[in-house]
Amino acid sequence: MSTDEILSFEEAMEKYDPVLGFEVHVELNTKTKMFSSAPNVFGDEPNTNVNEVDLGMPGVLPVVNKTAVESSIKIGLALNCKIAESCRFARKNYFYPDTPKNFQTSQYDEPIAYDGYLDIELEDGTVFRVEIERAHMEEDAGKLTHMGGATGRIQGADFSLVDYNRAGVPLVEIVTKPIEGAGSRAPELAKAYVAAIREIVKNLGVSDAKMERGNVRCDANVSLRPHGRERFGIRSETKNVNSLRAVEHAVRYEIQRHAAVLDSGNPVVQETRHWHEDTRTTTSGRPKSDADDYRYFPEPDLVPVVASREWVEELRATLPEPPAERRKRLKADWGYSDLEFRDVVNAGVLDEIEETIAAGASASVARKWWMGEIVGRAKAADVDPGQLGVEAATVVELSRMVEAGKINNKMASQVLDGVLAGEGTPEEIVEARGLAVVSDDGPLLEAIDAALAAQPGVADKIRAGKVQAVGAIVGGVMKATRGQADAGRVKELILEKLGVTA
Amino acid sequence: MTEQNSTGISAETLIRLSAAQLAEKLAAGEVTAVQATQAYLDRIAAVDGQVNAFLHVNAEEALAVAAEVDAIRAAGGAEAESLHVLAGVPIAVKDLIVTIGQPTTAGSKILEGWHSPYDATVVERLRAAKMPILGKTNLDEFAMGSSTEHSAYGPTRNPWDLDRIPGGSGGGSAAAVAAFEAPLALGTDTGGSIRQPGAVTGTVGVKPTYGSVSRYGAIAMASSLDQIGPVTRTVLDSALLHQVIGGHDPRDSTSLPEPLADLVAAAKTGNVEGLRIGIIKELHGEGYQAGVENRFNDALELLKEAGAEIVEVSCPNFQYALGAYYLIMPSEASSNLAKFDGVRYGLRVLPEDGPMTIERVMGATRAAGFGDEVKRRIILGTYALSAGYYDAYYGSAQKVRTLVQRDFDAAFEQADVLISPTAPTTAFPLGEKLDDPLAMYLNDVATIPANLAGVPGLSLPGGLADEDGLPVGIQLLAPAREDARLYRVGAVLESLLEAKWGGPLLAQAPALGAESLETQEAK
Repeated sequence: MSTDEILSFEEAMEKYDPVLGFEVHVELNTKTKMFSSAPNVFGDEPNTNVNEVDLGMPGVLPVVNKTAVESSIKIGLALNCKIAESCRFARKNYFYPDTPKNFQTSQYDEPIAYDGYLDIELEDGTVFRVEIERAHMEEDAGKLTHMGGATGRIQGADFSLVDYNRAGVPLVEIVTKPIEGAGSRAPELAKAYVAAIREIVKNLGVSDAKMERGNVRCDANVSLRPHGRERFGIRSETKNVNSLRAVEHAVRYEIQRHAAVLDSGNPVVQETRHWHEDTRTTTSGRPKSDADDYRYFPEPDLVPVVASREWVEELRATLPEPPAERRKRLKADWGYSDLEFRDVVNAGVLDEIEETIAAGASASVARKWWMGEIVGRAKAADVDPGQLGVEAATVVELSRMVEAGKINNKMASQVLDGVLAGEGTPEEIVEARGLAVVSDDGPLLEAIDAALAAQPGVADKIRAGKVQAVGAIVGGVMKATRGQADAGRVKELILEKLGVTA
Repeated sequence: MTEQNSTGISAETLIRLSAAQLAEKLAAGEVTAVQATQAYLDRIAAVDGQVNAFLHVNAEEALAVAAEVDAIRAAGGAEAESLHVLAGVPIAVKDLIVTIGQPTTAGSKILEGWHSPYDATVVERLRAAKMPILGKTNLDEFAMGSSTEHSAYGPTRNPWDLDRIPGGSGGGSAAAVAAFEAPLALGTDTGGSIRQPGAVTGTVGVKPTYGSVSRYGAIAMASSLDQIGPVTRTVLDSALLHQVIGGHDPRDSTSLPEPLADLVAAAKTGNVEGLRIGIIKELHGEGYQAGVENRFNDALELLKEAGAEIVEVSCPNFQYALGAYYLIMPSEASSNLAKFDGVRYGLRVLPEDGPMTIERVMGATRAAGFGDEVKRRIILGTYALSAGYYDAYYGSAQKVRTLVQRDFDAAFEQADVLISPTAPTTAFPLGEKLDDPLAMYLNDVATIPANLAGVPGLSLPGGLADEDGLPVGIQLLAPAREDARLYRVGAVLESLLEAKWGGPLLAQAPALGAESLETQEAK
């Protein structure tokens, strides 16, 4: 594998203006497939969720899944698209063993949704409008696993295994218009755009939206042109960039690679590129040209999909609140500062905090727990905070225990570790680990006396009015009680004993 | 068994009954379904060595279904009462239609030995009516042809003259019915594959309105043109069978939601009094055999005498129909046949040398598995759909299709039913047009417009041509969803003609096989 020359991102930006384009495939979570009654379920035994239609048996015919059409219309509406009153499917003809009929049934020149836009908010609050060209319906292909060979690709493999469970799973492909003007924020915009699409389809409930399962897959198109030139450069299409981070990195890498090619005076090759997460680079796939001939023609086995205006309006009325508006509402409801709220959004714990508040925590307590305790643990475990396994109810229970003085914050953090380790409910863990704030003042007072006796100088300072020096005595008491004392109460008792008011 | 009810109808008589007559005798207990089915199986055993109408004979299952019907009848009661009128009447199925329990080959090597895991909707409906399925009939490979010579399993022969073609692609179904090897059969009609074989074998064949019979389980040639329909000896039999197989099917998106008018009633109450019957100027005369023209004119005379008003209509765009058809059909076929690649089912051929890549395995499989006519159409269709040619070929053909539809619309303003010869000639000798695809394609010139427009067509025997004594077909065409009109007019014309002939035309067909020996012994 040859390594491509790249320019530094800064240098690339000095010389060139990037133009982006995205094709995002969203797998719908319908019960059955796009054109057959076989179940649409991820992760089952290979070739079990298939019937004669999915296998392309002789004589079979497709029937359009109405729920998939509904989901597609919802996506179109959420992307501010127009919805076609009538649209057809077409056949995209090519021979490949993951496509049982050797054609993919897709929409070609008549997408169900077209001419939309999406306002993307970047991390610093800048809003960037991305124009949507179209969102069209199609079916997914089966999954090929190439055995043997060095690259895991079909070339050089000894043999290949085919799983048709995914064949016929409904897809909506969302295609942007060329995105101009992002400048050096192009990689960030790329990530934010795909994140927004993922958020929208998840919020609509039409997709499980798990990128790691391929529910949302992104092909990223990048081209560069010298500053001030209107005509687009030649683009590359990086296929199947399947995480948000990878989208950002792939766009950045391609910008750097294109810049180096252009600097060398060579033309950029129009081709598909493969993304490699390990090296964070792309390599050349097959050359792609306009000569690729899929011999599209209208699918004669299907009648046009008719979306009456009444139906579209009915669906519009069922749409959930758009994520951007929801964020605005939540920020006001929760009373977070701009910075606090942006941190929450960027940490990806908006849903979790909302659930925790709904379960009974205050907005500030919920934020403190998620941002202060859980996000850090998720980062260490390299997973999304929501996937760590912390239930809203657990957070509420922990915070109530602290408020009731049953445990202190330090203990609560330990209890959370216990919960994550699967040791049981917070209450069980408190019991099992013997964690409880010592609330009987008797033993505390003994410890305080001992601590004061050990540091007479400090005690004098406190008596003299240097109240902040109390920390040293509190520390001594906490040490003596192995952290089981309620630090607040200890402080009160010390000051009381020394006759000082805080 | 109901032996005591048998009135001793000979097998020879039994197999010559129409399906409607057989159904009556079954209901009356004069004959059992097992006797009828066995008589047909015996007939197949006796004559199919000459005719080669069947690719597979399904004796065991057919007899089991017949025995089930007999048992239900013998037991009486509600279940016997609710038996379908055609219960126990055997049927043959074109081998393009998939069946559980029997192989389905589509007449191709590429599907040799393949068994479908599911039944076509029409087959489910035959089973629901408890009609014993005698077997699967021969056809041009993937229904591509007009002579059944393109079958990978050898040609079917015309029972009227074993050296001639039985028409195609459904030559097997038509010959089986004409040779009394089955009272009924199913065919498929993309450009005339039911009607043209009907014409040249002296049988009745109907291409229903597009969408009125489910295509689910019929191996697709051209999805927008294909339609399953009845192949029978009488117009009434076609109506009876059409009603069994027709009606909405949620598995076929192009299936019409509303049922057609009562077809059997239309066939039984045939009447042409005051009906306007339109001769299509462009579908007779030049290019049509003289004997075909003569029988066509006879039919017009009879209809006029019966009170019909004969008018002439012009469909000027029909001259482009054949050309448009030979772009649309191969375009769709090239895509429909892409699935036959050796990956999931059917034949798999490995390349003899060189790297064993998937492309080369697919290529070797398709090269070995498809015959010349299939390859010809795949190549033609692939070309017609290619970028840069699409508008000129596929696009223009779709425009012609619209014009043909408009011609029909205009013609049906002036006439209730249209009439023409079904095919320009009678059956030609085997081999005559095998190397001349264009001459072969011209056989379908009169049948293709109905497929392009989706309208129904019926072919019935019009008599024998003067010059060769072979059957001539008369085609009736009606507006979409007005299939009942075909049966109404067809039944009248059939009864007038049979009165003239003194019986069914097939009674004049020469003897075959064991039958010819029997006849000799009697002498």
